[in-house]
Amino acid sequence: MDDQLHRSLGLTDDELAKIIEILGRDPNHLELAMYSVMWSEHCSYKSSRIHLKRLPTEGKNVLVGPGENAGVIDVGDGIAIALRIESHNHPSYIEPYQGAATGVGGIIRDIFTMGARPIAIMDPLRFGPLEDARSRWVAEGVVSGISGYGNSVGVPNVGGEIVFDETYKGNPLVNVLCVGILPKERLVLGQASGIGNLAVLLGSTTGRDGIGGVSVLASAGFGDEEEDAEKRPSVQVGDPFEEKRLIEACLELLDEGLVVGIQDLGGAGLACAASETASRGGVGMDFNVSAVPQRESGMQPFEIMTSESQERMLAIVEPENLEQVFAICNKWEIRSSVVGKVTPSGALRIVDDFDGEVLGEVPAASLHEDAPLYERPISEPDDMDTAITDQATTLSGPEKIEDDLFDLLMSPQWATSQYDSQLFLNTVVGPGSNAAVLRLKHPTSGEDTGRGMALTTDGNHRWCAINPRIGSAMTVAESVLNLACVGAVPQALVNCLNFGNPENPVVMWQLSEAVDGMAEACNAFDLPVVGGNVSLYNESQGTNIDPTPIVGVIGLINDLSKAPPGLTWNDGDRIILLGPEANGLNGSAWAFMKGHRRGSLDPIDFDLHKRVCALTRDLVTKELVTGLHDISTGGLGVSAAEMAINSGVGCTLARTPDHIAFFSESPSRVILAVNPELLTEVEQLAAEYDVPHERIGLAHGEIFTVKNLLTVPVKDLQEKWDNRLSDALDGGTTQG
Amino acid sequence: MNQNIGVVVFPGSNCEKDAMEALADLGATPLLLWHADSDLQGVDAVVIPGGFAHGDYLRPGAIARFSPAMEAIIDFAHNGGPVLGICNGFQVLTEAGLLPGALQKNAGLKFLCKEVELQVESTNSVLTNMTSKGQTLRIPINHFEGNFTCTDETLIELQSQDQIILTYRENPNGSMANIAGICNTTRNVVGLMPHPERACHTLLGSTDGRILLESFIQGAHAAV
Repeated sequence: MDDQLHRSLGLTDDELAKIIEILGRDPNHLELAMYSVMWSEHCSYKSSRIHLKRLPTEGKNVLVGPGENAGVIDVGDGIAIALRIESHNHPSYIEPYQGAATGVGGIIRDIFTMGARPIAIMDPLRFGPLEDARSRWVAEGVVSGISGYGNSVGVPNVGGEIVFDETYKGNPLVNVLCVGILPKERLVLGQASGIGNLAVLLGSTTGRDGIGGVSVLASAGFGDEEEDAEKRPSVQVGDPFEEKRLIEACLELLDEGLVVGIQDLGGAGLACAASETASRGGVGMDFNVSAVPQRESGMQPFEIMTSESQERMLAIVEPENLEQVFAICNKWEIRSSVVGKVTPSGALRIVDDFDGEVLGEVPAASLHEDAPLYERPISEPDDMDTAITDQATTLSGPEKIEDDLFDLLMSPQWATSQYDSQLFLNTVVGPGSNAAVLRLKHPTSGEDTGRGMALTTDGNHRWCAINPRIGSAMTVAESVLNLACVGAVPQALVNCLNFGNPENPVVMWQLSEAVDGMAEACNAFDLPVVGGNVSLYNESQGTNIDPTPIVGVIGLINDLSKAPPGLTWNDGDRIILLGPEANGLNGSAWAFMKGHRRGSLDPIDFDLHKRVCALTRDLVTKELVTGLHDISTGGLGVSAAEMAINSGVGCTLARTPDHIAFFSESPSRVILAVNPELLTEVEQLAAEYDVPHERIGLAHGEIFTVKNLLTVPVKDLQEKWDNRLSDALDGGTTQG
Repeated sequence: MNQNIGVVVFPGSNCEKDAMEALADLGATPLLLWHADSDLQGVDAVVIPGGFAHGDYLRPGAIARFSPAMEAIIDFAHNGGPVLGICNGFQVLTEAGLLPGALQKNAGLKFLCKEVELQVESTNSVLTNMTSKGQTLRIPINHFEGNFTCTDETLIELQSQDQIILTYRENPNGSMANIAGICNTTRNVVGLMPHPERACHTLLGSTDGRILLESFIQGAHAAV
């Protein structure tokens, strides 16, 4: 056979040899194409699997852990919640609008595949600097794509992050988290069973878009601009109206009990869906490639099997239910065609008509289970010794600290106001607060349980660049504290591990360390990891991005009769700082802004952090604070400024002697606004929890003052905060 | 109040359950009306909820107006039946000719989801008859195409016939004359871009939508 073909499909010579061994013969083009997509980094996790095993995945509330389309937890009252996070980084750099849009579409399908109605999305986004024109173009397009698809398909977008940094200039990160809700008994898994059952393809036609999306695009880095532009056809095109009807049709099919199993078509298209459903069910499948409705003529079988055309699902149906399935699909105006038959053989046979020619035949399970597993070389960065001694505290302090504060202020509203954040009448706290808070209503009856769910996504490439292990642990800790700030108890975590080229031993070291740090934190906080996604090859022109593990954590609020306190204070409130003393500036947004990207991080004190979280939750539940905010990016300075901006009330802060205390991001700290009458009670409670606490100031007036450091009108802070993104991004053209 | 209120569902509607939840909370009995069905099932009033009726790749509402349900609703409205179009529903009503004008893309060329302040301009409509003139209502908007426009003649007519029922205090989308909601000359058909159903619960930040939907439910009662 053509000895270059496997390489152009992204397979190595060793991988080809393994395929020949499995089949006992040379693969044909169709078979090779299926292996190439299924064994791609994106689908097979071949570089990361060996490390991911170290994450804790068990918990008494876990119904479905990693490995399925989404994780599912039991939240009581007969309700289960499905959640998943994914990346659409590479497509979004090439074609921002469609890349981001189809990312939203893909994650939503993962959720309703489990039988859950998608009820919330969050988008952690990272782009190159705002000064860079291409990065602005990418950011503008990505936000438009998320807005255009998400609003139309009808899933509210309740939060996320938007970060700009040099490290993402040639490789943005577009992650998306989706949460769905289902009656516990409706939980379905993506598997085929029952010999003679039919595989029915639902939704859109299959075209030539997105062929090789997972292999050519998502499993390689970026080089020069012309080459990158040539990858544009590997990005799919989204149709939210098709997806909306597909959601409604699939949920109706599940409600009526008409499907045995269901699987979405995402990366690797039909090759993945057909082989996964078959191998999970321990069966085989005859797949009639000519029965697939095609968008264009002359498509080759390998194109049909690996196309990543969007808005398609594969349902496994008992023959006697077929007519009813067709009827529901007709009602929702979606296509439905029988394309496969479940067989006892264990083989995935691609046929041209069920009694026609066999075009390819592979063991279904071999596409997943036999995928290569690499233990790639790992090594610490060479300059580790010198890097850790380079402390950011040795940088000279700012001449005008208010200018640095201004530079760290950025409202996400330019992006978040383009998203429908309120649909379904659940959103009690929307984007831009400590965590999103949603009412928990029963998925079938709509009855309000009186409880709430809280969601947060967090990531911090600055911490992880300096120390991926401690940085990842701190990221999890921040999420847990965010949830505590809205009174929620964390239940489960999903992660999206965005790293560079795994063939680089330093990148593999970063990944391995990050997994260990995350595992340590999850164990400390009793937090099961119920799902994840790994995005590698985030590199551009040979430069890898800073390691960026993103976590999404879901929590529960026992009594949501009142909205939790937000980022606000009243004139006359005392300001209290909970937690340990500020410690250093390494990995802070301030240090990075000054170009200092090295140093060391102190390990996080998990016991203290847990006490801070428990105290914070108690303060919120007992309604003892007017407002509160965890201290994270930008330190006390930015957290306090956000409280002032949000409330329109200034403050006088003391006990903040210098820029280190002002901008330090050391963990386990919360700023509280307390009514003077409740002060004693708050301090007593803090003492009971053995949490350090200090009165640092008073909220009042219209001026933001830090004694001996700065004095600035709140309206000036507000202006910088409000205008940062719109000033930078509103000049561009709207895409899509 | 036990009014049966039909909530129309097109394949791309997405606010129908929210509308039903709010209406039920206010004591009405909402039921879904499928777009392909011309039988309005004897409802006392009709709500066309928000969403993207047919994906709205063409002008919003341009396809929806041809649905069997809409044909029935046009007759229902001509016979004095109360009809409320919210957001996409407002767009459908203008396309169907039940309300004048059109909704074009926001002046900022961006989708906008935020709470706005509305001012009641006229209490003489099925949606506003329980409010007081000049009253401020805090209600969210959530649209890309909410920029109301019409000919100068139509605007003069709207003004002279007291058909402008709600305006924005701060115009978010470029709407002519700050228009957020209008009614027809017989006051039984109303359309507005803001979402009153999203402002009916203290936990959601505002309850100012309740008075509008209560008015509408009362109007349904009066029309029976």
